[in-house]
Amino acid sequence: MFGFSRPQATAFAVMLAAIIVAPFVLYPVFLMKVLCFALFACAFNLLIGYVGLLSFGHAAYFGMGGYAAGYAAKAWGWSPELAILFGTLAGGLLGTVFGWIAIRRQGIYFAMITLALGQMAYFFCLQAPFTGGEDGIQQIPRGNLFGVFSMQSDMAMYALVAVIFLFGFLLVHRIVHSPFGQILKAIRENEPRATSLGYRTDSYKLVAFIISCALAGLAGGTKSLVFGIATLTDVHNAMSGEVVLMTLLGGLGTIFGPVMGALISTSMENYLAQAGAWVTVIQGVIFVTCVIAFRKGVLGVLAEKLKITL
Amino acid sequence: MTLSRRTLLGTAAAGATLPLVRSARAQAANTIKIGVLNDQSGPYRDTGGTSSVAAVQMAVDEFASKGFKVEVISADHQNKPDLGAQIARQWYDRDGVDVVMDVPTSSVGLAVAGVAKEKNKLHINIGAATVELTNKACAPSLIHYTYDTYMLAKSTGGATVKAGGDTWFFITADYAFGKQLQADTTTMVLASGGKVNGSVAYPFPGTTDYSSFLLQAQASGAKILGLANAGGDTVNSVKQAKEFGITMKIATMLMFITDVHALGLDVAGGLSLTESFYWDMNDKTRAFTKRFLPRSPTNYPNMIHAGNYSSALHFLKAVTDMGVPAAKASGTAIADRMKAMPVSDECYQGSIRKDGRGMFPAYLFEVKKPAESKGKWDYYKLVQTTPAEEAYKPLSASECYFIKS
Repeated sequence: MFGFSRPQATAFAVMLAAIIVAPFVLYPVFLMKVLCFALFACAFNLLIGYVGLLSFGHAAYFGMGGYAAGYAAKAWGWSPELAILFGTLAGGLLGTVFGWIAIRRQGIYFAMITLALGQMAYFFCLQAPFTGGEDGIQQIPRGNLFGVFSMQSDMAMYALVAVIFLFGFLLVHRIVHSPFGQILKAIRENEPRATSLGYRTDSYKLVAFIISCALAGLAGGTKSLVFGIATLTDVHNAMSGEVVLMTLLGGLGTIFGPVMGALISTSMENYLAQAGAWVTVIQGVIFVTCVIAFRKGVLGVLAEKLKITL
Repeated sequence: MTLSRRTLLGTAAAGATLPLVRSARAQAANTIKIGVLNDQSGPYRDTGGTSSVAAVQMAVDEFASKGFKVEVISADHQNKPDLGAQIARQWYDRDGVDVVMDVPTSSVGLAVAGVAKEKNKLHINIGAATVELTNKACAPSLIHYTYDTYMLAKSTGGATVKAGGDTWFFITADYAFGKQLQADTTTMVLASGGKVNGSVAYPFPGTTDYSSFLLQAQASGAKILGLANAGGDTVNSVKQAKEFGITMKIATMLMFITDVHALGLDVAGGLSLTESFYWDMNDKTRAFTKRFLPRSPTNYPNMIHAGNYSSALHFLKAVTDMGVPAAKASGTAIADRMKAMPVSDECYQGSIRKDGRGMFPAYLFEVKKPAESKGKWDYYKLVQTTPAEEAYKPLSASECYFIKS
């Protein structure tokens, strides 16, 4: 199913089991945060890992999805599934516009354009009246799923987030292993060659970009409902950097890598908070160690050792 | 959908076994747990940070135990609202924390206030500036203790005009907080009979060169330069004003004695600012400071540190008064008790209003010139005192839902 290889199927089973068991052991809100970031990192990984496009402004779509979903849920009283869908659309739409501009250039120029556009989105969010400026949109209600099921309890919300995450994860996996995904990988390996074979590479890249942005919007929208807030943190370029780190940490171009990276990064932020003033220093040391010791990311190195693909 | 329902059923079934896990973790019923959540590594680490934790710990240590234990934990929210909200949730839900204290940075403060309201748990905010905490974002279980933007504007704006600074020019950070500060202060200046000659907004964040704005301010002929910004921006603009030889008197809208210390009197001398506490105010505050310093060797106490001490003490008195089980049961009940009791300790004397607003006098200070300063941290001269009843936004103008009705 879904074109999993044997090791991937095993890994997926482990992940699924972990998702089901974890809320009874760990704090569900923390786990929801991990899942939201994992989805975000998967979306980002689709671009960098499989198309070879380094987007430095992915926080824009994540954050915009969060604002859109939060605003829809709070100001218009939309039910959570519609609000999240609206966030996804917002991410995708913004991605269409930004992608259409950025896709015309390659390599470092592409990265710089996405960074610039991401910063524009940040300043827009800082000034636009509906975002609430630096206070953000606060106290977003979780509402009732399909207007029926109350999402107020953390467990119910966790179930929803888990389903959304699995949907996004499997979608990314399916895309990567589809004929469309093969072409994306061909573009990553050698774009002129893909062009010479008759593919309109720009269109393929744009579609991949839009899918990635929409998924980032999905992750952002979900996160804003989980926490009840959408703030500038999520559109700030530090967030763009964080998702790059998560992906690198877990393993670039592996399907499970970003999930692992998000888990590591979020756990560090969460459990080190008690360490007070040292938290950023410790984070820095861990990142440097990982970059030196695990050049291909935690799962990348593991996969290499075991001679499998993850 | 089927998957979601199945997962829901699964979680419900497994949820039934949960009480077993939870009970093992149940906290001692006779322990009160205080969580101090603030910035310990970023721009506000000196205005609050570990010194705030030390202040709370000091209140706990000095509070003669009345038959219950008190535990203090702390965490760094890194100025991220989502992280702050998540830690607060975890503390209230899992770790048995009875009150979350401090929480600077308005966005994080509002986020934590939302969590406290949802869970009917007590939150005493000391570090955040926004007046919304007792207005649009108010909650029955929320107390905003030491200061807010309205009080800063009222004191720095209104009292400065009374002291002769009647023409103003604003340099404003172009975002909601800056604009709000400017608007509030303008209202106070005009109400006291002053005049605003003009203002200029600079892009936020990222502006480091204030020279053109400063020269524009100087050219306006106003007596007072109002800086409607905060943190590093304030520090930079004050430094550059000194370098450019700006002769106007500078009024900073949000500054603490710890910031003055960081700037040095050479640069900061002559600034006007508002705090609700000064360590060298009287014998009581000096006695408090003397005991506080061994716990916080690098920082003399500012109003946030003093507020943490005072509110923690007040909280413990209220807990003693109503008993631990009742205090643990409801955040609103303990907040109501705190509102009913007068605040009286070495740092603060006053009360807490029914909307959760701490009512204490606001002091307009002028920072001493190097020659005037006689000793370590001898930085402030008192210019004007605004009594508590006038310093804060009146209840008649309240936007808080349970005050309006």
